[in-house]
Amino acid sequence: MTDATLIKPRRRLRLPQSLKDPLFALAVIVFTLVILMAIFADLIAPTDPQDMVNMPFLWPFEDSYSPLGTDQLGRDLYSGIVHGSRSTLAVGFSAAIFGLVIGTAVGATAGYFGGWIDAALMRLTEIFQTMPTMLLIIVLLAIGDPSIPLIAISIGLAAWPMIARLARAEFKALREADFVMASKALGYPTSRIITREILPNAMPTLVVGASVLVANGILLESAVSFLNLGDPNVVSWGSLIGNGRTQIRSEWYLSALPGLATVLTVLSLNIIGDRLTDILNPRSKVRDA
Amino acid sequence: MSRKTPVLELLNLRVGFPGAEIVKGINLQIHEGEKLALVGESGCGKSLTAFSILRLLPQGAAINGGQVIYDGLDLATLPAWQLRRIRGKGIALILQEPMTSLNPVLPIGLQIAENIRSHETMSRKAVNERVIELLDLVGIANPRERAKMYPHNFSGGMRQRVMIAMAIACNPRLLIADEPTTALDVTIQAQVMDLLEDLCSKLNMAMLLITHDLGAVAQWADRVAVMYSGRIAEMAPIEPFFTGPKHPYSQGLLNSSVEDDWHYSDTRLTEIKGTVASAAGEKGCAFAPRCPYAAAECRLSPPELQSVAPGWVAACARLDAIRALSEGAAHVPA
Amino acid sequence: MRGVFRNIGRTLLQAIPTMMGIILISFLLLHLMPGDAVDAIAGMSGSASVETMDAMREVYGLNDNLVVQFWNYIAGVLTLNFGYSISYSAPVLDVIMERLPATLTLMMSAFLLALVMGILVGWAMAVFAGKWPDRLLTSTSLLFYSAPNFWVGLMIIVVFSGTLRWFPSGGAETIGASLEGWAWFADRVTHLVLPSIALAAFFMAIYARLTRAAMLEVLRQDYIRTAAAKGIHPLVIQFRHGLRNALIPVTTVAGLHLGNLLGGAVVVETVFNWPGLGRLTMNALAARDNQVLLGILLLSSVAVIATNLVIDWLITLLDPRIRA
Repeated sequence: MTDATLIKPRRRLRLPQSLKDPLFALAVIVFTLVILMAIFADLIAPTDPQDMVNMPFLWPFEDSYSPLGTDQLGRDLYSGIVHGSRSTLAVGFSAAIFGLVIGTAVGATAGYFGGWIDAALMRLTEIFQTMPTMLLIIVLLAIGDPSIPLIAISIGLAAWPMIARLARAEFKALREADFVMASKALGYPTSRIITREILPNAMPTLVVGASVLVANGILLESAVSFLNLGDPNVVSWGSLIGNGRTQIRSEWYLSALPGLATVLTVLSLNIIGDRLTDILNPRSKVRDA
Repeated sequence: MSRKTPVLELLNLRVGFPGAEIVKGINLQIHEGEKLALVGESGCGKSLTAFSILRLLPQGAAINGGQVIYDGLDLATLPAWQLRRIRGKGIALILQEPMTSLNPVLPIGLQIAENIRSHETMSRKAVNERVIELLDLVGIANPRERAKMYPHNFSGGMRQRVMIAMAIACNPRLLIADEPTTALDVTIQAQVMDLLEDLCSKLNMAMLLITHDLGAVAQWADRVAVMYSGRIAEMAPIEPFFTGPKHPYSQGLLNSSVEDDWHYSDTRLTEIKGTVASAAGEKGCAFAPRCPYAAAECRLSPPELQSVAPGWVAACARLDAIRALSEGAAHVPA
Repeated sequence: MRGVFRNIGRTLLQAIPTMMGIILISFLLLHLMPGDAVDAIAGMSGSASVETMDAMREVYGLNDNLVVQFWNYIAGVLTLNFGYSISYSAPVLDVIMERLPATLTLMMSAFLLALVMGILVGWAMAVFAGKWPDRLLTSTSLLFYSAPNFWVGLMIIVVFSGTLRWFPSGGAETIGASLEGWAWFADRVTHLVLPSIALAAFFMAIYARLTRAAMLEVLRQDYIRTAAAKGIHPLVIQFRHGLRNALIPVTTVAGLHLGNLLGGAVVVETVFNWPGLGRLTMNALAARDNQVLLGILLLSSVAVIATNLVIDWLITLLDPRIRA
């Protein structure tokens, strides 16, 4: 074994290069704007989205006070979309983090130890993957009163198997890597090898996987609140779409606009995730030499 | 052996990837029934030359100039539908890696039949009979049952036999074999080469053998063309070549291979001082940096092929000087 | 053929622990949920004394320890006894079975639509890789991949039902019309079109992206060059040699998505008033009919496992290497 093989193959994210791709740059800008919108919602849209502030059923651009129109109760749609980004993003991110933690723990253990532990944990993963995601979430929501943490936990519980599979594959491959062998030979404890040696190398892949999880989390959250299973006191994009449903034939903008916001956010996340995958996976870049 | 009519003629063929020319103008003739070996180390452009004949180049590569003359047609510019009538029928191809060159999800009999059916109108039954006949011809036992099996049921050597059966299905006039034995065990290598030689004489088929195995060249080829960095360095009939190669690169090749008899691998080649120079943008002889005889003139322009003897050419500016040197010394040290 | 059956046998065997796991999880969930069957019954009937409720708990075995209860639960599930629905006053199995076919119809038609369209679009993307049709289709599929299915449903209702009046906006059949034969079938199909599209869009995008990647990978293989060297027509190479091989990973991944597909069906059903498990789920949730909820979870998991068996069988047909 030469010295060179002991160097840890940390994959570097070459962000500046990929930023030259206009689509990627646009996606990053859109997503940043959405996050800023959620953070500064009170400044951007001082109107309370739950307040009846105007005439009902105003169309977009009809009234300067409510630029995106109002719903059947005269609530401001612009304010709803701005404030709705908060719960949507909060659930999306916390569900993704929750799913990332469970998925990584399960996948890393399975991939690193192999054998019966792997078999058992993979079966567990399969069980969760078999149960229809949305149904599992609904059943979990039946346990308690609807609240943002419960929704996030339910989505995270239903969505972790994807990360577990990713983590398992990474750990399985890295377990055999020379630098891990070297650490074993040096007598490092297993916990150190897993957390200090393998995890940092597996992290980029898992983070990209988590970006998909955030996108999924946002979609699932919007479905949950569309079905009226969310916190009735909190506005989210899904609940806005659901609220517009009753007037879908006439005032379709009530559902269309918050949906568009969802699509734009998820789309930008997916583009970011896609490009990061391309960077991490050299095979997709290098064609036949 | 008739050497009169060329089956295939390459005229100043140039092939490359965008920004990098790999094959830099090759002239080559293969005659009726002749076995020509194209030898060189990996990266010298020999495989690219072979693939460009049927325009089966890897993604990104393209023919940049020159002609590929077959049957009075220029294959380099022939419309695709006309080229398809020659692929597999007039000229057939065998690839290096029998494990990956057969489709894993289709029975081998069907894959052989495909070739026949795309060129001849025959009844299904007649095609099947022909497939079985071909499998028998390449030495596969129980051809009737084997035809229904899938590639994963066969060993590497057997798969290469299947590939050969597929290639000769329409009695091609020329068979291009791109390192047909590299991926096989040594004992199997000889069997497959024997089979190829046997089929060539039986079917009066010419063969272009792409290889880096000089052992195979000595035993099975009629003529050898040595390629270096996208150009032909030397082209000669087989016997005189092995007794006294003229080009310093050929001499180096032979010296580094005799030590270990027939087995000759890519790594051996590096025993010639240095490695293949990255040839992009350089002016003189590409071999000059590694050449023991290199002089100032070698770095000025790429050397032209000169006739050494009838049917024997070499591209070296210092052929006379080298001859004088080697006659001075009793032997080139092995 | 023997290999095919052996393979299916193996998958069946592997499905048993998965099924047991799902039963265990739903049992645990049932106990995590607030209130038990007796609370629900008491709630329905208006009032019940503490004594009566305790007596009823004894009758229903709710006072036994958890292990015994779990044992009874498994025994119940294995004899297809999923409990009694309080809100529907009928056995859970009957309630679910009445609505399961509608959901499965929607799910399967969406699945087939997504698979067929996804593979075709992905194939086209691979053929034009890097050129403008590829970029157009890639962006379109990324858009579908990012849109919530219920929103897609609402938007196509606006366009195809509202504006164009091509398809009905909801339900599984025209209410009150007593149709027969072809007319009945056509009526069902027109009702199926929009919900299937809404449910399929997301998955179609996934399969298209997968097919594209798999095709590009396959088209790089040596055997494609071998096929071309035989003088075969490029379209035959694309389909017989390219797509045929690319289908293997696509079908495998498609099997993994069945659970998500069924979950998506639940949401899409509510948009289109589809009389399936989706609406039943919402009603059961509102009525806190936990037995029905868990019955749905269990039975839909069984449906997923069963469909997975079919997919496994399809893969063995596609890939002779597995059959060996």
